[in-house]
Formats: sequence, structure tokens, C-alpha cells
Amino acid sequence: MRALILRELRLAATGGNALLPLIFFLLVATLFPFAVGPDGPLLARTGGGALWMAALLAALLPVERLIEPDRASGVLDQLAMRGLSEEGVAIAKLAGHWLSFGPPLMLAAVPAAALMRLPGEVLARLELGLLAGTPGLAALTLIISALTAGVRSTGALAGLLMLPLAVPILIFGAGYVERGGDAGALKLLGAVSLLLVAAAPFAAGAAIRASRD
Amino acid sequence: MRGGRLLFEGFGLALGPGEAAVVTGPNGIGKSSLLRIAAGLLRAAAGQVARSGVALADERAALDERLTLREALAFWAGLDRAAAEPAMAAMGLAHLAQVPVRLLSTGQRKRATLARVVASGAPLWLLDEPANGLDSEGLERLARAMRRHRAAGGAILAASHQPIGLADAAEVRLA
Repeated sequence: MRALILRELRLAATGGNALLPLIFFLLVATLFPFAVGPDGPLLARTGGGALWMAALLAALLPVERLIEPDRASGVLDQLAMRGLSEEGVAIAKLAGHWLSFGPPLMLAAVPAAALMRLPGEVLARLELGLLAGTPGLAALTLIISALTAGVRSTGALAGLLMLPLAVPILIFGAGYVERGGDAGALKLLGAVSLLLVAAAPFAAGAAIRASRD
Repeated sequence: MRGGRLLFEGFGLALGPGEAAVVTGPNGIGKSSLLRIAAGLLRAAAGQVARSGVALADERAALDERLTLREALAFWAGLDRAAAEPAMAAMGLAHLAQVPVRLLSTGQRKRATLARVVASGAPLWLLDEPANGLDSEGLERLARAMRRHRAAGGAILAASHQPIGLADAAEVRLA
């Protein structure tokens, strides 16, 4: 299991899975003030929600690279023949993917918040929300990635599948930032995230098995 | 079964230590499917498969493209608690150890795929068209590796159109 997680981290580091979402997130944070204008109070009011939206779209980027290359190259088959369950493989992928996605995004949120002129306590709420929400986003990416593995040109399809499912994360995540730190929103965000993380190994595992015949 | 169509039925085969069988038959008859069923990757529509550890070599190398050949093989050897170096030497790949997998040619990839099987230490080898892309020296190395594997009590189930140096193996014809 440790070898698998390490392999995921190495693939993420060398294959752009870690870097691309990060650059995308920072780009959106840079462009958003250009779009709405340099009005400080307005930016501070809308910035938290915009950053959550950017995080959601950034989570969508690695969806084609998470499962499909391993399916096409036979790695998933070889792992199955060594007695590893598809669920186990999915857990390793989820752990590896979150480690290369969540913490870097939380780091990038600091300069992004500065670009949005978010006050310190709003940034703290954003970070707390990202900590609770990114595991759920990573789980969702994994599920969609497994479901669309083996299908040609999945980009648009993956977006259509994933974005509706991410609605609760977006609502509670942005809600916690905007509504002055309503603890209920954070709890609900954590609950949604936990549900997705718990379901992901089974959903992704079943999808990997189904993609075989 | 493939796409709701029955590929073959009434198939029975038992392989003991040191034994080998070559599956032959026209394209699309289900040789690869038979091997994937034996590997446990597909389920037979009816019937049973009983086996110990297997290693499968098909047209996909299952090696990480960005890694060097040594690192890519060492990943699988690590999972199998084995060493990759003897297998690389056996398939004549030792001089390519530092070359990234993505730069390997078709024949070198095939050798690497076979080296992964050799390194696995699994008692049953499933070889799907192992001779595809191999030159005569590669074929000779494959034959030698298979002889050594069978001498050590291993079994081989291969699907091939070409002779692969298993002249004494049982031939199973799917039709």
C-alpha cells in the first residue's frame, strides 16, 4: 500500500497532476480581480466564493490522468493479479491524489487570498474549509476518473458528471467563508466530504472492475 | 463471452509443475480472453479456474513511462518481493537499465514485459503472443527463460501463432 501511495505521489509530481491544478487556481485568483475591477471591498466580499469556485474547477483538471493511463497500460490488471483489491488500489490513489492536491492548494490559497484582499480571519476560514473540503473534492475526482476510464475524450463528460455532485461542497465551503464563520456550514462541509471519501473506494473500485470487460 | 457472444465452450486444461501448453487458433477466437480468464481478470460465463500465483505478459508493458527501466521493473519486483536485476540480465536488458521506458523500442518493450514476468517468481506464466516484436536473439532468451522456469517447477500457458521454443508443450487448439 505504501509503495502504491509513493508511486501516486511520484506520478503526480512528474506528470503535472500536482502542478497543473495549482497553476490553474493561482491564475483564476490573478484574473478575477481584473474581471471585477480593483474595488477592494467588493473583492473581499466575493473573493472567498470565487476561490472556492477556482478550487472546484482545479479539482476537475486531473480527472483524465488519474485512472485512465494505469488502465490503458495494464498497471491496474497487474495489481489485480497480485491480489490487491480494486478498492485497495482506489484507497491508495485517493490518498496519493489528496496529498498532491489538498495541501498545495491550501498553500496557494495564501497568495490567492492576498490578491483578493481577503482579511486575515476570512483567509483562516477559507483554509479551514479547504482542509475539510479538499478530501471530498479529491474523492469526487477519483470516482469520476474511474467511471470515465476507457471512454474516449472524457473532458466535457467528466465536467458534466462532476460539477453537479460538487454542489454541496461549494455551497457549504463558500457559505462558511461568506457567512461570518457559521460553524454549522463547516460541519456540513465536513460531513459531505467524509461521505464522499467513504464512498469513493467502493464506487471507484466497482468502476475499475466494470471497465475490464 | 465477449459482447454477449460465446467465444468457446467445453474447455478443460490442467497444468502440473514443469508443464506447458500453447493455445492456438484463428484471430478473435478468444485466446487472449482465455488467458485473461486464467489470470482472474475476466470471469468465465460458466466453469471454474483454480490456480496458484500467476504472472501475465500481454501487449501492454504496465511500466511507468517516465521512469528508467530499472526503476519501473523494480516497482513490480518490490511488490513481488523479488529482484529485477537477474530478470533484466536474462532478457538482455542490463545495458538499458538507465533508459526511460518511453524511449524503448517495440522489441525492447516486449523484452521488458517478459522480464517483469521472469522477475515475478510466480509459478504460472501466462504469455500472450510473447514472440511478437522479438528478434531471434530475444526469442532464444525467451526460450531459455522458459526452460529454466519449467526446470524449477513452473508452468506456462502461452498463446502464440509462432513457434516460441515450446516444442514439447501440449497444443490446445481453439476452434
